[in-house]
Amino acid sequence: MTAGQIQNPTEAGFNSGFGAALLDPDIAIPDGITDAQGDVAPKRFGVYRNNVVVGLMEALKAAFPSILVILGEDNFSRVARNFIALHPPRSPMMQHYGGEFPQFVAGFAPLKNAGYLVDVARAERAFLAAWHAADAPLLDGNELAGIAPEQTIALSFRKHPATTIISSLFPVADLFAFRNGRPESGADLQKAQGIAFTRPGLEVIATTLTSGEAHFLSTLALGESLGEAAGAVLEEHPDFDISAAFATAINTGMFLPISTPNGDE
Amino acid sequence: MQTILEANLPKARCEQRPIPARAGVGLKPEHVAEILESEADVGFFEVHAENYMGAGGMPHAQLRAIREQYPLSLHGVGMSIGGERPIDKDHLARFKTIAEHYRPGLVSEHLAWSTHDDVFYNDLLPVPYTNAVLNRIVEHVDEVQNALGRQMLIENPSTYVTFSQSSWSEVDFMAEIARRSGCGLLFDVNNVFVSATNHGYSPRDYILAYPLHLVQEIHLAGHAADEDDKGRPLLIDAHDREVCNDVWELYRLVLSRTGPLPSLVEWDNDVPQWPVLLAQAQIADEILGRNLKNNMRSQMPLEAAQ
Repeated sequence: MTAGQIQNPTEAGFNSGFGAALLDPDIAIPDGITDAQGDVAPKRFGVYRNNVVVGLMEALKAAFPSILVILGEDNFSRVARNFIALHPPRSPMMQHYGGEFPQFVAGFAPLKNAGYLVDVARAERAFLAAWHAADAPLLDGNELAGIAPEQTIALSFRKHPATTIISSLFPVADLFAFRNGRPESGADLQKAQGIAFTRPGLEVIATTLTSGEAHFLSTLALGESLGEAAGAVLEEHPDFDISAAFATAINTGMFLPISTPNGDE
Repeated sequence: MQTILEANLPKARCEQRPIPARAGVGLKPEHVAEILESEADVGFFEVHAENYMGAGGMPHAQLRAIREQYPLSLHGVGMSIGGERPIDKDHLARFKTIAEHYRPGLVSEHLAWSTHDDVFYNDLLPVPYTNAVLNRIVEHVDEVQNALGRQMLIENPSTYVTFSQSSWSEVDFMAEIARRSGCGLLFDVNNVFVSATNHGYSPRDYILAYPLHLVQEIHLAGHAADEDDKGRPLLIDAHDREVCNDVWELYRLVLSRTGPLPSLVEWDNDVPQWPVLLAQAQIADEILGRNLKNNMRSQMPLEAAQ
């Protein structure tokens, strides 16, 4: 959005001062904003401050329920308050709010020993993106049935608009599942995992992946051929089961049909 | 994240349906299945446009299903009509896409601002009632109506503060916006009660002075009570509970002047089970029904009415 012109330069704008004081309680309430008797009324202005900050806090809790469980209410609120001050929403589409949260978490000093949170935050964004992604048809395994094996290896696929595949050095799928409640066993932070988000119908599916599967499927999702993706993963994981991983892709709806031209991105 | 501008939505099977002079309900995703299964007897549903600006998936599937069974009203909460900056063209384009796709019977927005520079404050913020602000709002309403190719309604606000530079009364300000832009008005009775209490004037006088002939829809909601800096009641437009008796009473007063109008019950926070919300709509329907009978009686010869 470009900054517009104030149409009547003799009238001081009221948005700037009002807006600044909303997000920072240390900034004074602008002159002339009072109760009906003309008296300054911090509690009244405070209703707007509270609406804005509580509203954004609730929006972040709703967008990052796994991180909320991992950090707990108090710690989450502390992180969120810092985030809100630096990153207020830039769009009236509140489903976009929190897009910079993974990046923010990565750079937030008090969380520097909790690198796994960055990947969980990315996963939570991917979940929401899948929820709102465009409707599109799915690749049907039968479409591939008639293709000769030597041609199959040259096939490449376009990912469905809802699909995101995340590779992590951490147990990103186990931690993402904390949104359903913290397991008694916690999570083994030494375990590397991947997670895929797809939406074959209206519900988003989160699929836990091994590192090999995440590597193979994200290579495919980038548009590399089946042969190239298989070669790359077999170098690192010689025992990798290509057909099982590819079946996961079909069954969870990761790709668009080969024949239809539209629907990507 | 994809937006509705990148959507390939299946066409909703519906003609534009006028909103009936009945009670409607603000649509919540958690109620959709029960509404459809029970074929709930509700006059119309209203949605916040911003919640349907994604490209696809469940939100649009739900709205499509509702729209195929009920008249729909589209209510914006993020256009920032009262803001100093020009209307966000992308936001207007998204709004227009929804309006053209779902063909709502009514389209409305607020007398409020929410965006400045590139920050969206996610709240309906108040404006001073001055000539300069009036000119800007009229231009913004004009721009939105031209883009949509239809009339929109503007809703009166609930406010907690006043601006010393205001030179118009709120009632005259709303009337002048409508007169100059050709927009209609959405009359929020709870907002009148909240603002009147907060600023110490009579809600009845406000209603009696209001240009009610321009009102095409009514909003009803619940509010929370707090205290201001001087210990006086400060009502918060929380939309988190039943409509209170005072507001039902004012609603009857409005209908006695306007006749039956589409009347929406809003409940956006601490959202209850569907039957609780439906019961609120049934109260409004009952008041509307009685109002209709009274209106008919007053038009009949005296003997026939007895």
